[in-house]
Amino acid sequence: MFAGLFTALRDEGVPVALDEWLMLHDALERDLHDSTLSGFYLMSRAVLVKDESHYDGFDVAFARYFSGIEPADDAVDDRVWKWLHENPRFLHISEDQRARLDAMREQTDFDELLEKLKEKLESQEEEHHGGSEHIGTGGTSPFGHSGYHPGGIRIGGEGRWRSAVQTAGERRWRELRTDHEIGARDFGVALRKLRSLSTRLGGPATELDVEGTIRETADHAGQLRLSFRRPRRNTVRVLLMLDIGGSMDEHIMLLDRLFTAMHQASHFRDLQVRFFHNCVYDRVYSGPDLHPRRSESTLHLLAQLDPDYKLVMVGDACMAPTELLVPGGAIDYQYMNEEPGAQWLERLEQHFERAAWLNPHPQRWWETIHGAYTLGIVRQIMPMFELSVDGLDRAVGWLMARR
Amino acid sequence: MRHARGPAPGTASLHRVSTPSFRGTSDYIASADLQAAVNVAVSLERPLLVRGEPGTGKTLLAEAVAEALGMRLITWPVKSTTRAQDGLYVYDTVQRLYDSQFGEGDPADVAKYIRLGQLGESFAAGERVVLVIDEVDKADLEFPNDLLWELDRMSFHIPETGETVAANHRPVVIITSNAEKELPDAFLRRCVFHYIAFPDPGQMEQIVRVHHPGVEERLLEAAMEGFYLLRELDGLQKRPSTSELVDWVQALAVGGVDPGKIVDELPFMGVVLKKQADLDIARRHMAVRARRAAMQRER
Ligand SMILES: Nc1ncnc2c1ncn2[C@@H]1O[C@H](COP(=O)(O)OP(=O)(O)OP(=O)(O)O)[C@@H](O)[C@H]1O
Ligand SMILES: [Mg+2]
Repeated sequence: MFAGLFTALRDEGVPVALDEWLMLHDALERDLHDSTLSGFYLMSRAVLVKDESHYDGFDVAFARYFSGIEPADDAVDDRVWKWLHENPRFLHISEDQRARLDAMREQTDFDELLEKLKEKLESQEEEHHGGSEHIGTGGTSPFGHSGYHPGGIRIGGEGRWRSAVQTAGERRWRELRTDHEIGARDFGVALRKLRSLSTRLGGPATELDVEGTIRETADHAGQLRLSFRRPRRNTVRVLLMLDIGGSMDEHIMLLDRLFTAMHQASHFRDLQVRFFHNCVYDRVYSGPDLHPRRSESTLHLLAQLDPDYKLVMVGDACMAPTELLVPGGAIDYQYMNEEPGAQWLERLEQHFERAAWLNPHPQRWWETIHGAYTLGIVRQIMPMFELSVDGLDRAVGWLMARR
Repeated sequence: MRHARGPAPGTASLHRVSTPSFRGTSDYIASADLQAAVNVAVSLERPLLVRGEPGTGKTLLAEAVAEALGMRLITWPVKSTTRAQDGLYVYDTVQRLYDSQFGEGDPADVAKYIRLGQLGESFAAGERVVLVIDEVDKADLEFPNDLLWELDRMSFHIPETGETVAANHRPVVIITSNAEKELPDAFLRRCVFHYIAFPDPGQMEQIVRVHHPGVEERLLEAAMEGFYLLRELDGLQKRPSTSELVDWVQALAVGGVDPGKIVDELPFMGVVLKKQADLDIARRHMAVRARRAAMQRER
């Protein structure tokens, strides 16, 4: 049932697992949607979608799948709706009829039902009351309203002029999508996964260590000896290196958000931030103004940081090939860089156990963008991810994976 | 697919009658989407996961559901150190050791040293209760996975006593989270999910009225305008939420502020914006506004 909706969701990149699909059918059988399409919309979204960034994809799929069946407002034959609305004729059915109808529900195929409805809407020439085949009020046809047909779909009635399909068509959740650039949401959430809890860090021992207590107590011939240990803390340390200035200016808002999120993610054991322009060479800067007075030797920095620091580079990796490949190619150095930029990047990558490069350009541009050549080289040195919520999520996954 | 597993003929209507229905409470405004999600979760006996930015009423929802359905509420607040085991039961070895050491109590009676956690308590309760696992994203990533089995089966075993704690009435489980994508897929698949969007002005007005039934119309209108203005400022570290507006309206009313001046002067701004940096942003914005207004006047 609803195989078409399932496929439409897949096409929109909304992941739906088999358990969820079965849950939906369970809910349908219990009529939790109250036999209305808008009820079905809310119910199926609650059961199938587990992430608000997929709400929009769900809306698109829902509207596409059902709009063939329940036409959107302008496409609706207005007379049908109006007529349905103005002619509520209530139907009283006997217990006997009710039982028969409930039995019928067993055999109702929702897809078939909707197909039929679609045909009805197309073929209905004139208004129709009662009976059991056409759309109308007060009949036992599965269509229309105020009638009794379990498992049927209610259209119109109760002033429900706004249809579920229209609601879906409004795309109210578009802003919450995470697959394209970042909107109002920030990166904080993805960064929270950059954590690994452990007790081996410093700090007061405030947690009772039961095993230790037992061991100690046994060692002291049953005299109770309480043993405490340190609570678990995040062990993750991060070195964040940001490309600043030049072509990065257009991404300043994005960088700002990442930067803020990093700082707010106060759970890191340590966060080091350095700046560079286009590529890293002999020296890195501690301020975004790239002032030489506040710079330090890159080698010195590496000597101070353990390899377990997660290296996060942020930059568009688009530069002149000489900046990456030729000694002395650095863009704004007063002095000569002895080694090409690529060599410095390799050195960084080799020093740290885990490194990732975040690129503010969407991945789909990487092959064709102006600067694609150097981007391609950098990408071979370090795994590159686009600076979107999804990309950051993947980067964090990579950074946390065991080697 | 045919309704092969459907209820027996004639029971469908019974189902409809017996399905409890949540519509919000006199103190809690629930959107139609949220109502639907709660009712689906309650009927399917699945955990309801609610996500939304801070202050969107996630914790309060659990209270409202308990109130509306007439069930007892059990709250399990999650911290960064919370482990799944804590919710099942705690075996107080220390007390037992003390007792055996100093001869008090009966250390042979292990059951005496078993204390049920909130999840355990919600299983053991004689009736259906509401259990809220609040701020699940605070804990380890492993935390939700560790709860899968117990939430599915609604039972667990206590090896120390050989006892099994099983729910006669599956509790209504509400799980709240601030963050997106924090939870493992296996866990998500078992939940009904709802994202509480930040209230639009219409809903917000209703919410404020719930808290301040007698609020002056002009004051409410102006406070709403000022609030959304502040909330939309660029670069805020912490965007103000519902509770800040509720408090602000209170402050404005008590302070006897002239509603005509609220939007221009934004009095008691510290009630809305809590961070110094955010206050600076707002003041800069006000200064710019004032300068523009002055220029307009000159022209
Ligand atoms: N729908 C609502 N109806 C009535 N009051 C609400 C509603 N939503 C929010 N509020 C108000 O906002 C306050 C904050 O709500 P609550 O603590 O439940 O938010 P929360 O989502 O749990 O936030 P946090 O993520 O910070 O824990 C409530 O005490 C209440 O005053
Ligand atoms: Mg809360």
